[in-house]
Amino acid sequence: MLSRLANPARFMRLSGAVLPLLTAAAALVLLIGFYLALFVAPPDYQQGESVRIMFVHVPAAWLALLVYLLVAVASAVALVWRHPLAAIAAQAAAPLGAAFTLVCLVTGSLWGRPMWGTWWVWDARLTSVLVLFFLYLGYIALANAFDDPGRGGRAASMLALVGVVNLPIIKFSVDWWNTLHQAGSVFRIGGPTIDSSMLVPLLIMACGYLLLFSTLLLVRMRTALNERKARALQLATAPAASAPPHASPVPR
Amino acid sequence: MSAHLGLLRRELLLAWRQGGEIGLALGFFVLAVVLFPLGVGPEAEILRRIGAGIIWVAALLAAVLSLDRLFAADHGDGGLDLLALSAMPLEGVVIVKCAAHWVTTGLPVVVLSPFLAMLLNMDTAEMPVLALGLLLGTPALSLLGAIAAALTLGARRPGVLSSLLVLPLYLPVLIFGAGAVEAGVGSTGARAHLLLLGALSLAALPLAPLATAAALRQALD
Amino acid sequence: MTGIAGAVALVAEDLACRRGERLIFTGVSLVLAPGGALVLTGANGSGKSSLLRLLATLLAPEAGRILWGGAPIGDDIAAYRAHLAYVGHRDAIKPALSVRETLGFWAAMRGAARPAIDAALAAFGLEAIADWPCGWLSAGQRRRLALARLVATPTPLWLLDEPSAALDADGEARLAVTIASHRAAGGHIIVATHQATAVPGASELRLGDFAPTASDSPDDPLAAY
Repeated sequence: MLSRLANPARFMRLSGAVLPLLTAAAALVLLIGFYLALFVAPPDYQQGESVRIMFVHVPAAWLALLVYLLVAVASAVALVWRHPLAAIAAQAAAPLGAAFTLVCLVTGSLWGRPMWGTWWVWDARLTSVLVLFFLYLGYIALANAFDDPGRGGRAASMLALVGVVNLPIIKFSVDWWNTLHQAGSVFRIGGPTIDSSMLVPLLIMACGYLLLFSTLLLVRMRTALNERKARALQLATAPAASAPPHASPVPR
Repeated sequence: MSAHLGLLRRELLLAWRQGGEIGLALGFFVLAVVLFPLGVGPEAEILRRIGAGIIWVAALLAAVLSLDRLFAADHGDGGLDLLALSAMPLEGVVIVKCAAHWVTTGLPVVVLSPFLAMLLNMDTAEMPVLALGLLLGTPALSLLGAIAAALTLGARRPGVLSSLLVLPLYLPVLIFGAGAVEAGVGSTGARAHLLLLGALSLAALPLAPLATAAALRQALD
Repeated sequence: MTGIAGAVALVAEDLACRRGERLIFTGVSLVLAPGGALVLTGANGSGKSSLLRLLATLLAPEAGRILWGGAPIGDDIAAYRAHLAYVGHRDAIKPALSVRETLGFWAAMRGAARPAIDAALAAFGLEAIADWPCGWLSAGQRRRLALARLVATPTPLWLLDEPSAALDADGEARLAVTIASHRAAGGHIIVATHQATAVPGASELRLGDFAPTASDSPDDPLAAY
C-alpha cells in the first residue's frame, strides 16, 4: 500500500479529492466539540468554569505526543525503505505537532492562573510537554540547517528516531523528578477521575484535533511537493554545465 | 585492537598538544558555577540548597560546548573519509572518540567538582555523591553528545544547533544526578539515583555509537 | 593480507550518482584489470570526485553496482575497503602531529602490522622533515605526505583525486614513479585529473559523456507529476 502511495501524482490526486471532505469534517467535529465543551459539560465543583480549558488543553497534549510518534514512524520509513513521501510527511507534520505543544503549554498556563495564582506550575505533564516542545524545535531546526534539504531531512529523521527512543526515558525521569519535588498539594490537572460527561467532549475534541491535523498535514505536503516541482522546473531551464568551447557535441 | 589504541592515542595526544581547548571548556565550567552566587546572592543556605543543581547544569553546558571537538575537525580536513575506510568500524571510531572526549572533559569535571562544591558551601558529606554521580553520568553526556555532534556536521551554526538538540536528551542525567545529591542527605539514600545514572551510561554505550555512526555515514556524502 | 598480490579486476556496471536533488551521471561502466590505469576527465561538476567517492564506498550509488574480483562489494564491504586506498582533495593532516606520526597513525588505522614508513618518506622526499609538526608544512609538502600514505600501507587499488594539485615538478615526478612501480607490481589505479596525459598508457573515461539526458529519470522523482 505504501508503495502505491509513493507516486507523487497519485498522492496529489487522492489528497486533492479528500481534502474538501476532510476540511468539512474537521470543522464540523470541532464545532460540536466546542459546543459540548463550553455549554454541555458540567463545571467542576473545585475549579468552576475554568475547567473548560481542559477540553482544549488535554487533547492538545494527546495530539502533541501522537504527532511526534507519527514523525518518528515516518522518519523510520524514510530512512529504512527510502519512501520518498515519508520524509515530506515527517517534515510537514513537525511544525503542526509543535503548534499543538504550544497550545497545550499556553492553555496549561492560562488554566493554572486562576487556580494557583501563578502563570506556570512545574507539574509532570506540563514539564514533559515543554521538553517535547524542544524536541520538536530541535527537529525543525536540524531539518532546515543544511543547504541541501535532502541531507537536512535525513539528519532530522535520525534525530526523530533518537528522540522517540529517549522520550519514555525523559518522561520517566520527569515524573520521578516531579514526585521528588512535590509542590505541596497533590494536584493533577484533570482531576482524579474523569466522568463520562467530561470524557465524551474530550474525545470529540481529540477527534476534531486529529481531523484538523490531517487536513493541515495534507495541505502542507501538497505545498511542499509543489515547491519541489517549482524548483525542479527552475533547475531544468538553467543552462547545463558549460562544455569546453572546442568540444564536439556530447554523444547521446 | 591496535587501530583502536592508535586512535585513542592520537586523540589524547592532540588534546594534550592543543591543551588550550580542554582548558577552555573547564574554565567555562568553573565560570558558569561562579556566576550563580553572583546572580543569586552569596547566602550560604541558598547556595547549599541549589549547589548540586548548579554544578550539574554547569557540567552539562561544559559538555555541550566541547562537542564540536568530536568530529568537526576530522570532517573538515578529510580525516573522516579515511576513518570510514580504516580497519575499524565507524561504531568503534565513535566509542574511542567518546572515550577520549570523556577523559578530556568528563573526568576533569569529576575531579573539579569537590572544589566547586566547597565554593558553594555544600556539605562535605554531599561531595562523594556528587562526584560519583558525575563519574557515572558524564560518560552518557559524551555518548549522547556524539549523536548530536554527528548529526550537525555540515549544518549551519553546528555549535548552537547541537546544544539545542542534545540538552533535552541530557535531562534524565541531570535529574538523576542532582537528585542523587539531594536524596543522599535525605532518608532515601542516593543508591537508586546512582544506579539509574549508571544504567543510562551503560545503555548509551552500545546504542549511541550506532546512531552516531549512521549520522556520520550521512555526513560523508 | 592486502598487499599488491590481492589485486583483482574492478568492474563497475551502470553506475548513477545523485548529489542533493541533482543526478550527476548515469550509466557509467568500467573495467579495470590489475596493472591497469584509468584516468577520469571532465569539466567541473561532471562528477569525477563523486565517482571516485562512489568507488571508495564513501557514497552510495543511485543505481548500478561494483564488482571486485567478480563478487559484488556489498557482500563484504570491509574486505573491499581493505584493498583500496583513497586520496581525496583534502589531506587529512593534523597540524599538531609530526609527519612521521601522521604516517604511523594512518598505517595503524589500516591495521598494518609493519608499515613501510621509511619507504614512504623516501618515496616522496620527506625524510628531512620527518619530525616536523605538520603545521609547518607547505601545501605541496602536505600533498606529498597525503600521497606517502599510499606507500606506507600498500593496497592493490588506488583512487586518487587530483593528486598532483599543489605538487611541484619534483613531486609530480615522484608521483609518476610511485604510480609506475605500483602498476608494475600488479596494482591498479584510477586518477581524476584535468591532464589526460598524466598517466602513460592509461585509458580515459570522460565523465561529460555520462551526463543525464532529458529522457533519464528526472532530477527529482518527487517532482514527476
